[in-house]
Amino acid sequence: MNSSQLLGITTFAYLLSAVLYISIFVFRAKKLGLTATLVTLAGFLINTAGIGMRWYESHQMGIGYAPLSNMYESLVFFAWSIGILYLGIELKYKNKILGAFAMPFAAMAMGLAGLKNQDIKPLIPALQSNWLIAHVVTCFIGYAAFAVASGFAIMYLIKDWREQSGSGGALIASLPDLKVIDDIIHKTLVFGFLWLSAGIITGAVWANSAWGTYWSWDPKETWSLITWFVYAAALHARFTRGWGGKRIAWFAIFGFVSVMFTYYGVNYLLAGLHSYGGS
Amino acid sequence: MKKTENAVWSFFASVKLALITLLILATTSIIGTIIPQKNPPEFYIQNFGPKTAQFFQLLDVPDMYNSWWFTALLLLFSINLIVCTIERLPNVWQMVVMNNLDTPIDRLEKMPTRKIFHGSASRQEMTQRVAAQLKEAGWPSQMEEKTNGTLLFSQKGAWSRLGVYAVHLSILIIFAGAIIGSAAGFKASVMIPEGSSTDTVYEYGSEKPIPLGFNVACDQFSVTYYDDGHTPREYRSVLTVRDSALAAPMTRPIIVNDPLDYRGITFYQSSYQPMQGFGVTITNKTSNASEDFQIPYGKKISWAGTDIEFGLINQQARSRMGDVSHVKFWFSDGQGDPATLWMEDKSTQSLSRQDAEYEITVRQLYATGLQVAKDPGVWVVYFGCSLMLIGLYVAFFLSHRRIWVYITEEAGNSRILLCGASSKNKIGFDKDFAALTERFEKNDVFQNA
Repeated sequence: MNSSQLLGITTFAYLLSAVLYISIFVFRAKKLGLTATLVTLAGFLINTAGIGMRWYESHQMGIGYAPLSNMYESLVFFAWSIGILYLGIELKYKNKILGAFAMPFAAMAMGLAGLKNQDIKPLIPALQSNWLIAHVVTCFIGYAAFAVASGFAIMYLIKDWREQSGSGGALIASLPDLKVIDDIIHKTLVFGFLWLSAGIITGAVWANSAWGTYWSWDPKETWSLITWFVYAAALHARFTRGWGGKRIAWFAIFGFVSVMFTYYGVNYLLAGLHSYGGS
Repeated sequence: MKKTENAVWSFFASVKLALITLLILATTSIIGTIIPQKNPPEFYIQNFGPKTAQFFQLLDVPDMYNSWWFTALLLLFSINLIVCTIERLPNVWQMVVMNNLDTPIDRLEKMPTRKIFHGSASRQEMTQRVAAQLKEAGWPSQMEEKTNGTLLFSQKGAWSRLGVYAVHLSILIIFAGAIIGSAAGFKASVMIPEGSSTDTVYEYGSEKPIPLGFNVACDQFSVTYYDDGHTPREYRSVLTVRDSALAAPMTRPIIVNDPLDYRGITFYQSSYQPMQGFGVTITNKTSNASEDFQIPYGKKISWAGTDIEFGLINQQARSRMGDVSHVKFWFSDGQGDPATLWMEDKSTQSLSRQDAEYEITVRQLYATGLQVAKDPGVWVVYFGCSLMLIGLYVAFFLSHRRIWVYITEEAGNSRILLCGASSKNKIGFDKDFAALTERFEKNDVFQNA
């Protein structure tokens, strides 16, 4: 079995996982809970094997490198990060409805990956650095946390909106309490912020060892900093001004838009040093 | 006067200002990612029209991250950080060092997280048992006799309250590092042809010459490719530093991601330029005579003292950069017809002639492009970055947890009040507290109230 088959199965597993979790929520099919978790876990393990296999294949080709170097590989790792993060959250909060708002991101990431060029290509000299691994891993764990946080923010806003309009119903009641969702959003944001900071810092150290300047205001760097500012503002609003609930939920969604622009938009809309991320 | 001072102070001490500054920094930073930076003025006139271009120049948009207004925003941000810290740190410091044995008992009785036990032992004996239990559970305690009872106190992670200030300090340290770098350092570049050397580099943008104080030579530059023939695998320059302070010249190869550092100046492999010239080595295997030549393309060269003439009469380009993948070598020794050979760049071939065997090596000559940087602030920046990560971890994931136990005695029976509080992560602390009460419950000496 080669890596692209394994990652193909991963895409299918994450899609199935998302459908199962959404069914648990929408049809209140609690019986599907165990299946959903097992499918997610299996998807995550196959995802891991796929990344490992791709690494192995690159060595077979004599150009061994950690598969974290282009858009395809980063999307696969993004999905992997969402997978492990979500499984951790499910284990901690013992609530499967959360999956309906988290796993669709993993499925989407794998779906997008399927549209990218999947060739294993040798690394150009600028990418031949161990900082590549540290930088990509830290960034994407952070991105995954922000993706999941925005999913939970959507859940919060739906629940809040339906309850306000008095049209709650059993479906909405099955969602966790607003206070609980708010707490999960906050914890996920905090987690993501730490990893985003680490991602920006490892990127700066790498840039300094490759080009002799740790910060050059290239569009990708600048956008990562913009994202950092947005989340820093959200955290300060919460810690010192007691913001919570709807406002933080909107911040989480707004922040994730900024994350997506940093990750995706910059590569296609703006030119810069990170141009190799585009192919 | 005092009043205005207070107004200014409270303006800078407000978190609202911090929020607004963060969002303004975020929004204005977008401009420079959309409008290309550091291009010559003509670029902006051509792309945006003369009126907009003039407006851009007025607001330093072409170099906005170094503009007066962006610098002012960062300065505002820094002052805000400093003032907020001065405003809040003393209280927080007080929380870190305060003597919690002074906490009024009536406050303990009202703490949301609390549990009461009874026991038949005397107050003194009970105190000893409680202290032992706490110690066993990882909460070593201090003790103080009060008028009506005994108070025990234990805490963990008091210093974690400082985490957020470590993060704020780290930002200021990073700024300080950046200022040191731009005041005492430089960013420059230089192109050195193979076999040449330089003692001067040229500053970015201004092209101002900067003397190095020593001499750097490029002995050799090479670019190697992967099997696909066009993806570069490695750019490598062999550099030699010559300095009167050095006993002998120092030679070191550099590649991308592995620069050369000498006297605080770092040389990075950044680009290269193929030159219209080739290095040719001819060895007469029969007589063992050998000679190196640096020759231009398309010119007939003679090896002095022999009848040999040679040259390069055709070439195949590898890329638009002007790299050559193959050259056609022409050779004559005055005996018989001249020979021609298609040779790969950086390859050696043998050539049999009537009265001698020759070995010929051909390689294209390059100039290496180096980025040269001096940044004495970089370690300050790295220190700030490390402090930031540690500070964020402490601020987000550690908490100040405090446990009090107050023991009183009534008619031979003891009453034990166990209570606690945490600076954050209430749920995590409740678990700690539950584990502690469970420990007490398991012990026969204590009975639930």
